[in-house]
Amino acid sequence: MDPKLFDMGQIDVAWCPGCGDYGILTVLKRTLTELDIGPEKLVMVTGIGQAAKIPHYFKTNFLNGLHGRALPPAVAIKAANPSMVVIAESGDGDMYGEGGNHFIHNIRRNPDITNIVHNNMVYGLTKGQASPTSQRGFKTPVQVAGVILEPFNPLAVAIALDAGFVARAFIGDADQTKEIFKKAITHKGYALVDVFQPCVTFNKINTWQWFKDNTCYLDQTHDPYNRAAAFKKATETGKLLLGVFYINPNKTTFEDEIAIYSDDKRPLYERQPDYNRLQKLIDKYRTAG
Amino acid sequence: MAKKQNTDVSIVLCGQAGMGIQTVEGILTRMLKGAGCNVFATKEYMSRVRGGKNSTEIRVASKPVSAFVNRIDLLIPLNKGAVEHLRDRISKNTIVIAEEQVVGNEVHGNFRFVEAPFTKIATDIGNKVFSNVVAVGLLAGLLGMKLPDILDYVKKFFASKAADIVEKNTKAAEAGFQLAEDLAGRIGLAFTIEPDAGVKDQLLLNGGDAIGLGAIAGGCNFISSYPMTPSTPVLTFLARNGRDFGVIAEQAEDEIAAVNMAIGAWYAGARAMVSTSGGGFALMVEGLSLAGMLESPLVVNLGQRPAPATGLPTRTEQADLEFALYSGHGEFPRILLAPGTLEQAFYLTARAFNLADKFQVPVILLTDQYLVDSYYNIPGFDLAKVKVEKYFVKTEADYKRYELVKNGVSPRGIPGFGRGLVCLDSDEHDEYGRITEDLQLRIKMVDKRLKKLESAKKEIIPPELFPKQKYKNLIVCWGSTYHVVKEAISRLDRDDTSLLHYSQVYPLHQKTADLLGKAGKVVVLEGNATGQFAKLIRLNTGIEIENRLLKYNGLGFTVEEVTAGLKKILK
Repeated sequence: MDPKLFDMGQIDVAWCPGCGDYGILTVLKRTLTELDIGPEKLVMVTGIGQAAKIPHYFKTNFLNGLHGRALPPAVAIKAANPSMVVIAESGDGDMYGEGGNHFIHNIRRNPDITNIVHNNMVYGLTKGQASPTSQRGFKTPVQVAGVILEPFNPLAVAIALDAGFVARAFIGDADQTKEIFKKAITHKGYALVDVFQPCVTFNKINTWQWFKDNTCYLDQTHDPYNRAAAFKKATETGKLLLGVFYINPNKTTFEDEIAIYSDDKRPLYERQPDYNRLQKLIDKYRTAG
Repeated sequence: MAKKQNTDVSIVLCGQAGMGIQTVEGILTRMLKGAGCNVFATKEYMSRVRGGKNSTEIRVASKPVSAFVNRIDLLIPLNKGAVEHLRDRISKNTIVIAEEQVVGNEVHGNFRFVEAPFTKIATDIGNKVFSNVVAVGLLAGLLGMKLPDILDYVKKFFASKAADIVEKNTKAAEAGFQLAEDLAGRIGLAFTIEPDAGVKDQLLLNGGDAIGLGAIAGGCNFISSYPMTPSTPVLTFLARNGRDFGVIAEQAEDEIAAVNMAIGAWYAGARAMVSTSGGGFALMVEGLSLAGMLESPLVVNLGQRPAPATGLPTRTEQADLEFALYSGHGEFPRILLAPGTLEQAFYLTARAFNLADKFQVPVILLTDQYLVDSYYNIPGFDLAKVKVEKYFVKTEADYKRYELVKNGVSPRGIPGFGRGLVCLDSDEHDEYGRITEDLQLRIKMVDKRLKKLESAKKEIIPPELFPKQKYKNLIVCWGSTYHVVKEAISRLDRDDTSLLHYSQVYPLHQKTADLLGKAGKVVVLEGNATGQFAKLIRLNTGIEIENRLLKYNGLGFTVEEVTAGLKKILK
């Protein structure tokens, strides 16, 4: 496969020049190509925000839904047709703020989907307000004296909920981001990748240089299969760590748990209700005890 | 009291939550139906798990009965305060069978008191919890059932329980039966309902089951919902039967997730529904608007209950018609159905999936606690009359999800079926489903979406008019009030009055103005305070209906109050 397969040709892209979203789009196309996942096989589900526009800029099936609501349709799509590769992707405000409840409960549900979150620590589309991941003291037109809320820690939350795969990337390192995406997509079950991605227009603090200076990879000795160690790493102060924090390979996916596929692999769209069985169920109301 | 032939007996049991009134309802209705009696049961209950005052009305009749009556012929109060709770419905003709201490000072009130030591009998058997089954034996005995039949049924009902429990319940039923024998011998208390041979093999179910069965018949294979009275029985029905019928039943983290999951499921080719009540539907409204923009099919069971806010959680109302009609930001078409009978609940739920799929619109079923919780016997459902009509297509390369077609209904593809890509966007979009701010295209897309309503108008379910096609007075109602108005009209004993019942309230049937115009007097009957359907009729036809029978105290209409209300208006 060639990454060009995903190209849209000449299109008008709404992202600012220099935005980290471009890098994520390029890496995503390369990842899918290397995994041999073509546009017809893929369903992208996004919410609202600059990050959420990503499926408009490459060839794929997609449902670009409501702000904060990428995960519920994503889990349903995967459940209705498990043969599709489903990626739910949006920004930090969408996934962790507006959609926070879905973030928590879909980790519990463990659908076999990949959740990519563009984390630039600011709201871009609405022009520069604080996001759930904004650092304390970050000044905005709304948080005029600086953010006073504790930043949301998606990795710690996900590990606390025993998410099957938890990682963080920085799009300044495209090759490593691609490797992390590949692991996330091939992980069977819910996989979270929080991706640092500078907003060049509204975040003058957490810039490309800032991320370069304030991130580093988990060292080789980190054991991603050790949940307590992963949680410790996720909550460490100091430099923000990158890499695969946690993997639990022993979880059953939502689609496997719901059992309707155990003896019938067909997706829901190929099925018809069994009227003979329904007649029997109706007839039970004639004699029901 | 002389033994006489009874055609219609209204029995009410009242006690606190947790006393097993629902068990009595469950056993007695099925047992009596098995013996050839027509039965109807409805309940009113408080929003609590233990305590309070709950009552169940069971009508037993020689002809089919399907409506709530005010009258109580036989009352079994199981705790103190029950008589007071039902004071307005008790008359001199009411026979109250109870323990003396339960009735207390009320003994000398305006009813006939018959003592029955339920607790003592139950305690002698082993535990006062068996009191409810003593009442079952008593009532079955009073209604002329034979002891072996009663015991057989009680054994069957408790079959899944431990042997000891089965034995004690059987003893309790037998003791209740002996009490009935004793009362018949001593004071001549007995009721005789002539059995109707056909009834034995009929279905006995409630609205919740009928909606659930209809959903399966309509090909529903996905339900995502958050529990909320009175919509939960549909979720539990599909969860219970999900494995057998390949239905994914998921309890969502909130109603927002529920509706967005359902939309995602339809996108992937499933036939999905959500079941909720007003407050939950309020949370789904943004998702409803999303369905409007994505042109996604969606089926919603909106079980209405008194509001605003939490309101009266366990009671009934028809006050969400306007909410359902106008919910969602922006302009997009929808279809509102309002089943009035168990048959309509079944067939319209099945049809809702076909309509949603065909016109790519949300279809909302306006049900309510009264419809969902009421039981009666009906001949059956005919599966030959239902069909799963799937309208999605296999896509070609260069597929356009929102192709501008004449009737507005663009062929709906699903991802993974065909060579095309299926792109859906909540932003305004082009024919491919990609984001646009082309303002000329915006107009075309709005018009295209609205055109679907014109297509849907060709298939509006006509209102039901009966008994006569020629009438002087026309009583208009919708949804769950069907049977109560029907029975009230039959009691009026007039040949100039007909009922016009709407099971589809929007789009409103085109014949409405004609049908109303033919009447000298039109009366609308609704379970809300502002006459919402009357307003909808005025909006669509310009006809103002001045005579209104409205009820909004949390209970369904009774046959008596509708009869009296109509008599007053029609004079």
